[in-house]
Amino acid sequence: MTQRINRRRFNQALAAAGALGAFSPFGIVRAQSAKLKVGVLLPRSGVQGFIGQSCQKGADLAPGVIKSMLGVDIEIMSADTESNVDTARTRAERLIQEGANVLVGAFDSGQTAAIAQVAEQRGIPLVINVAAAPQITKQGYKYVFRNFQTAIDIVRNGLDLIGDLFQATHTVPRTAVYMHVNDTFGQAMTKGIGALLPRRTQLPFKVVDTISYDPAARDLTVEVSKAKATGADFLLLVCRLNDAILLRREMVKQRWNPMGIISPGSPGMYEEQYFKTLGKLSDYAISNVPWYNPNAPLTKVVEKAFLQQNPKDKLVYHGLNAGFTFEAILVAADSFKRAGTTDPKALADAIRQTNITSKMTLGGPIKFNAEGQVEGIGSACVQNLGGVPRVVLPAGAAETKPVFPAPYYKKA
Amino acid sequence: MPWELVANVAIAGVLTGLVYGLMALGLSVIFGVVRVVNFAHGEMMTVAMYAAAVLFAHWQIDPFVALVPVALAFFALGYAMQAGLINPFITRPEHSQFMLLVAVATIMVNVLLIGFGPGARGVQVDYQLESFALGALIFDKARVYAALAALATAAALFAFFRFTLAGKAIRACADNWLGAKVVGLDVKRYYALTFGLGSACVAAAGCMMVLLVDVTPVLGPAYTLLAFVIVIVGGLGSMPGALLGGVLIGLSEALAGLLIEPSAKSMFSFALLILVLLFRPQGLLGRKP
Amino acid sequence: MSRPSLALALLGALLLLLPAVAGPYLLSVATLILFFAYTGQAWNVMMGFAGQLSLGHALYVGLGAYVSAGLFARYGVGPWAGLWVALAVCVAAGAIIGFLAFRFGISGVYFALLTIAFAEFTRIGFDHIAVLGGPGGLFLKVSQREAWDLANLRGPPAMFYYVMLALAAGALALCGALLRSRAGYYWQAIRENEDAAQALGINTFRWKMAAVMLSAGMTSLAGVFFAFYYNNLFPEQVFHISRSIEIILGPIIGGVGTLFGPILGAAALTLLGDGITEFLAALGWEIPGVKQVFYGCVLLAVIMWLPHGIWPPLAKRLGLRR
Repeated sequence: MTQRINRRRFNQALAAAGALGAFSPFGIVRAQSAKLKVGVLLPRSGVQGFIGQSCQKGADLAPGVIKSMLGVDIEIMSADTESNVDTARTRAERLIQEGANVLVGAFDSGQTAAIAQVAEQRGIPLVINVAAAPQITKQGYKYVFRNFQTAIDIVRNGLDLIGDLFQATHTVPRTAVYMHVNDTFGQAMTKGIGALLPRRTQLPFKVVDTISYDPAARDLTVEVSKAKATGADFLLLVCRLNDAILLRREMVKQRWNPMGIISPGSPGMYEEQYFKTLGKLSDYAISNVPWYNPNAPLTKVVEKAFLQQNPKDKLVYHGLNAGFTFEAILVAADSFKRAGTTDPKALADAIRQTNITSKMTLGGPIKFNAEGQVEGIGSACVQNLGGVPRVVLPAGAAETKPVFPAPYYKKA
Repeated sequence: MPWELVANVAIAGVLTGLVYGLMALGLSVIFGVVRVVNFAHGEMMTVAMYAAAVLFAHWQIDPFVALVPVALAFFALGYAMQAGLINPFITRPEHSQFMLLVAVATIMVNVLLIGFGPGARGVQVDYQLESFALGALIFDKARVYAALAALATAAALFAFFRFTLAGKAIRACADNWLGAKVVGLDVKRYYALTFGLGSACVAAAGCMMVLLVDVTPVLGPAYTLLAFVIVIVGGLGSMPGALLGGVLIGLSEALAGLLIEPSAKSMFSFALLILVLLFRPQGLLGRKP
Repeated sequence: MSRPSLALALLGALLLLLPAVAGPYLLSVATLILFFAYTGQAWNVMMGFAGQLSLGHALYVGLGAYVSAGLFARYGVGPWAGLWVALAVCVAAGAIIGFLAFRFGISGVYFALLTIAFAEFTRIGFDHIAVLGGPGGLFLKVSQREAWDLANLRGPPAMFYYVMLALAAGALALCGALLRSRAGYYWQAIRENEDAAQALGINTFRWKMAAVMLSAGMTSLAGVFFAFYYNNLFPEQVFHISRSIEIILGPIIGGVGTLFGPILGAAALTLLGDGITEFLAALGWEIPGVKQVFYGCVLLAVIMWLPHGIWPPLAKRLGLRR
């Protein structure tokens, strides 16, 4: 008897599950809403948890700032991709089912590519916050937009800024050793450098050696020994955070003091952790990265909101992550205001017409090209000075003057 | 290639290898006696690294001093883990044990994530960035101290197993589980003791490791794998083998990084592991299983 | 109709009708469940039937994915042709690992660690293969989202769901037949006591090789599916040890060596994961990491109190044959 009941219950449960699926709320009440629902997908746990949580700060402050800026209401629906592509995909589906009108995410290129397919399939716009793999916007997608530089643009801007830096400081380094982390991002950057550097004849240096290292490296002794042995004038570095810290420490231990460390566009050296763990040693490192304009009016507003929500933190340590995540949501909200509806197709059309001039990050207005990519996003030369990353170039956005070579420089 | 470069890289490889060896020693001791592979080993070391970082942040306790209380606490933790969780599993198949420890590892990683956030923690002591110079050779101070402490901890452990009654009893349990039971040894208690000792080892290694690397919650799995590679190369269950394996892996990664491709250096560790498994499955210093 | 086959027919009908009633979210979860049910079934051939513990099955997923996607992206070879190459490569890889291990008498924990070593070795190796994108990833062109193009495996999620359903059903049928065949009995004999099996005249080397090669071949098809479902591959994603662990959690939780254990385990774990997420969201407790702690605790509880997995006691309760 007990068996029978169990089996019946089991069947009932299955039927209930089926019915639940049949009457899922998808597609029923979407168009009447006066509020834009933004699904934000970020890797907040797992191996990328650190960056995901940093990006999330930009999303958390968005509703307040956007309400005061544009007067529209948005609601953030957050989902954690757990740094996993399967979860990214199912969470994206889930957010759409729960009524997200537009998606924003997801920092990592693999997860973003998975979400992009869902967005395209379901006809829900996806605005990518950070993810540099160029292939994502080369798929002919109609609903995928990216307000971030692709690797090649980062390199182009980064190399130009290196030229400007040498001019501004009247220095002529002759040799560089190029070190890069061997992961998705490092690979894309290395390709870009390989393509662009030979054509930048105005740059006075040549790369004497290229050293790639494991993103999960526990120890960079060998790598730094090799780099030091080249006797290069400066270190050209594409890094992540933890390896950047290991590397800087190892340089001190091995008493290698080149003219400076210059990143042609990578995270790591402007992040809070870099300053916290390295103290004085963090100073003078230079990162040429997509950045926000510290003097822009919108930046002041965002900074205020940021401090309200994170009283112990500083926006500058989350500049790139929070800045671009905020702007991705801004793009969505702005198109919502112009479209006057939350209908995803109208939203996508409105996003294509985007022309935001009053923005936070550097560069021209936010305008998407046919591929859904924003062109002309600017980079800044950000130098660590006195324990804070400060914009030193371009002159229009500069807070102070660059210092190069670093005072610790000793000719090898 | 200048000889100083090779020598410096080799020195650093050996010194780091000794710390790795101490970490692997814990795994080896546990396997040698309890016959359970601790798949949460790297995660346990991560917890110890956090403990050292917190002790330093709040009370400026040098990791070499913190080593003692952290190792003691881990002894208790390991004892409790074996007595409460793992003892019922010693007769279960390997995949059950694997599952159990994977679950423990998952919980550890994510409790750390919740408690400390995803950012890295470290310690800043003044000798951390200094180095001894001997002509063209450079000895990194933190690594030298850490390697010495690793050797001292290992020596203490050897002495315990050779000279104390409890140590001899544990070796008896390892050699002949049934025989030990027959002569009246409380085998499960000795297993717990062993797991405690192995945990204390990994705690000591963690305290030293935090001088060399900043700790994040997700660091664990990589160190678990590293510990496996080392003990298999040296010989699962062999104590000197673990130290030798550590030094070999440290050295081979350093030289492979120098001579071939730095980003592929851990590939050579796995290649070494495969070769050892094929031609000397008991490991370099292990006894035939 | 007997009770078990009735239940099976009902389940089959339900799964066939699912895309008609389920929303896209449920469909994506169901596809994921079938993926892990299938890979778990494949792993179970090696561990559950023949008793050889592999902790590196991501190797075969990754190889299958990269071979078929590489052929498609570089030479325009369709998935149905590429599949055979992927299959051959994975069977060969399984054969190499099995041959080396069994010839040299490696078993138990040592064998398990050998499989990890091969998977990790290959992962780092693929980080250095420039033609397949290295760590930069291998991207397939995404196209034809609405029309079913089975020949090129391009189409909407429902198509991928049915492909995965067919694979899982096929694997179930194959494993069911195997368990009742001579091979199945030989394997079980080896699993229970290899020396005794050898003494009975079973060529244990040959049968263990067969299990490894079959398991590797089956897993490679999951890799092909993965490549065309996601359209982008990264060595860190497909070869990583965390994927190997994901593959084997299902069958262990469901019941190692049973026919329905891998399916039940995959369903239970995937639904558990999503269920915890929903539950925590409802509580407003969305602290990163809390979900995984809950998940770990459930794993711990299951393995403590249900040493043979969920399926054997459940089958008994439902009055079904194991």
